[in-house]
Parts: sequence; structure tokens; C-alpha cells
Amino acid sequence: MAITADHVRNKLTTGVGAVHVEVEDTTANRCATSFKVLVVSPEFEGKTLLQRQRMVNSCLSEELKDIHAFEQKTLTPEQWEKHKAQ
Amino acid sequence: MSGLFRSVLRAVQVGAATCRPKNFDAHVSVVPARLFCASAGENDLGEMVKKDKVVVFMKGTPAQPMCGFSNAVVQILRMHGVENYASYNVLEDQDLRQGVKTFSNWPTIPQVFFNGEFVGGCDILLQMHQNGDLVEELKKLGIRSALLDVEKDEKSK
Repeated sequence: MAITADHVRNKLTTGVGAVHVEVEDTTANRCATSFKVLVVSPEFEGKTLLQRQRMVNSCLSEELKDIHAFEQKTLTPEQWEKHKAQ
Repeated sequence: MSGLFRSVLRAVQVGAATCRPKNFDAHVSVVPARLFCASAGENDLGEMVKKDKVVVFMKGTPAQPMCGFSNAVVQILRMHGVENYASYNVLEDQDLRQGVKTFSNWPTIPQVFFNGEFVGGCDILLQMHQNGDLVEELKKLGIRSALLDVEKDEKSK
């Protein structure tokens, strides 16, 4: 089953309480089936990058079996506001 | 990897040459061998990641990375003047490729370890580089980042 950007977005919205998700299919270049995601969630507050990415990884553990390349940016809503302002 | 681990694996692989890994799991008679392999592999990895201050599991080699993400890790370390690290090419060893993912509970390659501790993959290293944490983490390892010696405006790149 092909993984769609919408599917990834929905899963992250329910799985890690994401308030904003951007999913980019980057398959055209690089290794193989690849995705780039930006996840904004208040649940990331007070967590290290590693902890945040582990949350995303476990939320998408089924999908990651078929995804070969996976880039992620994990921000809190506050960081996201700053990021947008830049 | 210990010779024992390798030879056991080889034996198991020969026996299951026609099976895909998924069917392999269902094959009851090989289960004990797999369990043994898994624990031996973890012990090996536990040693491997502690042997050097900086350890990278990647696709290809620092001289010839075979994937954009592995290349990014190599370039970031190079920027900080970290040249003397252990790198393991997972493309040369399928057991290592899977083993390290299980070991660190992390689904992708590259993987970076500092002092035996899992740091993260490409994105984390890149963000640590961008927010300055990498300089601090290297300092904890007793490695002075080469970026400290270049001008400040260069650093924000």
C-alpha cells in the first residue's frame, strides 16, 4: 500500500497531537520512498529532539517499515511561530 | 562482530536461503538461533559504540558516502573538524544494518553515537549543528570544534 501525505498527516495529528503538519514526498531524488515532515505539537514541549523524533517514529512505526528515507523537523507551537516569523 | 556471531548467522542464512525474512520468523525451528543472534549482536553493538568517542553507522564510507543523509553527517562532522571517528558501512553488512536499528530503536541510517550514547540521525545532528548544541556536546567528549576557530558569522551558516 502506498503511503500518502494525507495518511501521514492524519496519523501524526491523532498520534502526537500535532496542530500543524507539513508532509512532502521527496521520492523523486535520493534513496527511495522518502518523506519530509514538519510536525508542530504542544506535546513536544520540554522534550529533547531525540525524544520528539522518537515520538514521531513510534507513531509512524508501521509506515516507516516501507519508508526508506524520512526527514523530520519537530517543533513546539512556540518554536513554529518563531520559525514562521523568520 | 564476533566470529561466532557471523558463523552462526551464516549457518542460519544458508538454511533459509529461499525464505524471505518474514517467512523466516514463522519457521519455528530457527527461532532459538535467531534469539541467540539477536543477543550476540546487541552485545557486539554495545561494544562497538563505546569503542570510540564518535561512532557513525552510515551508508558508504566518509570518503564515499552512498546516501545524501549519510553524506550530510560526514560533512557536518568535517565542518567541526571531527575526522577521527569510527564509521561502519551498513551496506556491507545486512545484519549490522538491521542490528543497529534494533539496538538503538531507531528506524533509519545514518546513526550517530557519542561516548556510546545514541545521539540521533541526520536531522538531529543537523539541528544540533544549527543551534550550537553540537559544539557543546563535542566539548563534553573533549573535542574542540573547529568552528570555534572560524569567525562568528561563518558559524551561523
